[in-house]
Amino acid sequence: MEILGYKKDYQLFNGVDLNKKTKFITPQKNNQSKAKVKQNLNDLFSEIELKDGMTLSFHHHLRNGDYVLNFVMQEIARRKVKDITIFASSLFPIHAPLVPLIENGVVTSIYAAFISGPVASAISEGKLQKCVIMHTHGGRARLVESGDVTIDIAFIASPTCDKLGNITGTIGKSACGSLGYAVTDALYAKTTVALTDNLVTNLDSYEIDKKYIDYIISVDSIGDSKGIVSGTTQITKNPLGLKIARLTTEIIKHSGYFKNGFSFQTGAGGISLAVSYYLKQLMLEEDIKGSFASGGITGYLVDMLENDLFEKLYDVQCFDLEAVRSIHENRNHLAISASKYANINDDCIVNDLDFVILGATEIDLDFNVNVTTTSTGEIMGGSGGHSDTAAGANVTIVVSQLFNARIPVIKDKVICKTTPGETIDILVTERGIAINPLRKDLYERLKETNLPIKSIAELKAISDNLIGVPEEIKFADKIIGVVEYRDGSVIDFLYKKSK
Amino acid sequence: MSNLRRSILFIPGNNPGMLQNADVFDADSVIFDLEDSVSLDEKDSARLLVKEVLDTINFNCEIIVRINPFDTPFYEDDVNLIKNSNANLILLPKASCESVLDLTKRLEATKINIMVLIETAMGVEQVFAILSSSERCKGLMIGGEDLCVDLNCPRTKAGNEIFYARSRLVNCAKALNKFVIDTPFTDTNDEKGLIVDTKFAKSLGFIGKASINPRQIYFINEVFSPTALEIKHAKRIIAAKESALKQGLGVFALDGKMVDLPIIKRAESLLETSRKLGLIKE
Repeated sequence: MEILGYKKDYQLFNGVDLNKKTKFITPQKNNQSKAKVKQNLNDLFSEIELKDGMTLSFHHHLRNGDYVLNFVMQEIARRKVKDITIFASSLFPIHAPLVPLIENGVVTSIYAAFISGPVASAISEGKLQKCVIMHTHGGRARLVESGDVTIDIAFIASPTCDKLGNITGTIGKSACGSLGYAVTDALYAKTTVALTDNLVTNLDSYEIDKKYIDYIISVDSIGDSKGIVSGTTQITKNPLGLKIARLTTEIIKHSGYFKNGFSFQTGAGGISLAVSYYLKQLMLEEDIKGSFASGGITGYLVDMLENDLFEKLYDVQCFDLEAVRSIHENRNHLAISASKYANINDDCIVNDLDFVILGATEIDLDFNVNVTTTSTGEIMGGSGGHSDTAAGANVTIVVSQLFNARIPVIKDKVICKTTPGETIDILVTERGIAINPLRKDLYERLKETNLPIKSIAELKAISDNLIGVPEEIKFADKIIGVVEYRDGSVIDFLYKKSK
Repeated sequence: MSNLRRSILFIPGNNPGMLQNADVFDADSVIFDLEDSVSLDEKDSARLLVKEVLDTINFNCEIIVRINPFDTPFYEDDVNLIKNSNANLILLPKASCESVLDLTKRLEATKINIMVLIETAMGVEQVFAILSSSERCKGLMIGGEDLCVDLNCPRTKAGNEIFYARSRLVNCAKALNKFVIDTPFTDTNDEKGLIVDTKFAKSLGFIGKASINPRQIYFINEVFSPTALEIKHAKRIIAAKESALKQGLGVFALDGKMVDLPIIKRAESLLETSRKLGLIKE
């Protein structure tokens, strides 16, 4: 089946780790120019040629405060360039100005690990001429280094850049901390442009080396620092969420992996943060110290680092300003690239994880998880590091309310398979926990506890009995996108909804 | 159901989402409230909603319905509808001997028992008579907020103003072999204060504590549950008792302290509670 704008020789997902590549492109760039600074985009584009069909990359460390993608794309549109592929690590509601560019054919294809807001809606409505490719955070690095995607120009929002091109995200008025997702772009793009609102003479420490940077543009502002923080930075007050977090902490305690030197990752959602909060208490009570926490880093994990509960934080992305402060001050809070974080072909951090706590919009009876679409089928999210960490961690725990506002989390079949069930070990809900039958070892350990263990079918029956089974969502035949697993195989397709 | 009443959670009778989730907060009992948490213009709809929920969902915890007081126009409708439900108990606010007798009569053909809410100065003074007035009356809860209104004194976290009432109610309930539940701690953001207040209630003899927020249940259950250390000590007492029996000893010592019948009974009770809570697997 041919998909417009996508490689013809794609492989379908056929199990974890079955599609690893062994040949990679080695970064060759070594730009030692001392005249990289350009006055503005106009000045830049008079020097580098823009062509229809180019692939332009952007990172999402400024999250919903990012200005760079919008003003670069406005300039591209003004220059009548068409058929652009946006290769963005993630897109947020602030990127709404992309919608008219999608509608008029300036942008025809998008790669991203996560998309929310008006751009996601426009894609769901079938407005993109070609297709959207939803990859994982690790998969994005793999796409570039394997040559599956060639970035023509990488635009790197740079909180601080010196006049030679060295870049750091830890200081400056738009400081966002780690620049993990931008590193790959800088290394592999044919042309790399740093856009900064804090151009300095010289940087002693930096995350991206000047040799990978071709041009520098000083702008008034690259973003709104208030938008940099993730949506949720406080632990939930929802009693159901707190119960789920407590159950999760009990699972960690009795899993067999909770011992000195263990490693941990969680997200920034309210339940995830509550798990961090209870885990800290558990570690203090049991006198257990961890080796590292990784991923998107929050103030809660910083607090655990500063209290010597973890030796190191491996940070691909700062979720809040407390993490930004810490990465600047604490030498045990280390920035890592997306490749080092989660690339299936790299010696990546996720492979050393003991526990990862993940969310789910839907999970099916085989433990397959959807975090790409809503329960009604519109694009609203994406894997991010979901599939990467699920594959790497010894214990992958999905936390979710069994239902919310009459929408169940457990379905017979997920609308979109983002993360394969064989990599999900436990589902924790307020009404019980379900252990993947593939993890007999975990079941044997946890059955000795008072944890409310049920089969996932039993949990679904409870849910169905209380709120009923929703009507199946109907989709048209038109494929609007593909969901790539971390190895580059296609794990699912995205369809336009039926009218 | 564990048959314990360590924690009793109030749930507004007009909140479908919370009613549906009533038994997931780990409270031993829940109270579906038709009284104070329901505004006057929602009394009828709340009553119907609670009845519908009780008819539809099979909860795995004890269900109590707080009806409106005897002297209100809602009392009769509340009783007439709820008496045909599978509620375990009706919580009668501002209870008096007269209202308990009336409710007892109305519940004659049902299996529903009565729990009284003592929240007036007169109620505190008459509690022995109130509890004694009906076999159906199985226990009480003290309502600290209303009591302080009646006493015309501020309600404080320290709770000195209700110390007499708490002590009197515990004593009367124990004398009549009825259960006795403490008043809610109303600052839902003060976990430490909640724990202190709950421990104090336990020290007076309360068997459980009411709560107005699900987030409080974990802490209340913790206070009223045996600790690992307590279970270990109780097991040692029972083992020492069995050893003493074999040796024909009536009184014996453990760790240099005399162990007599009250201590053995307390250990047996603690181990029984621990079994009900799954803290001991046998």
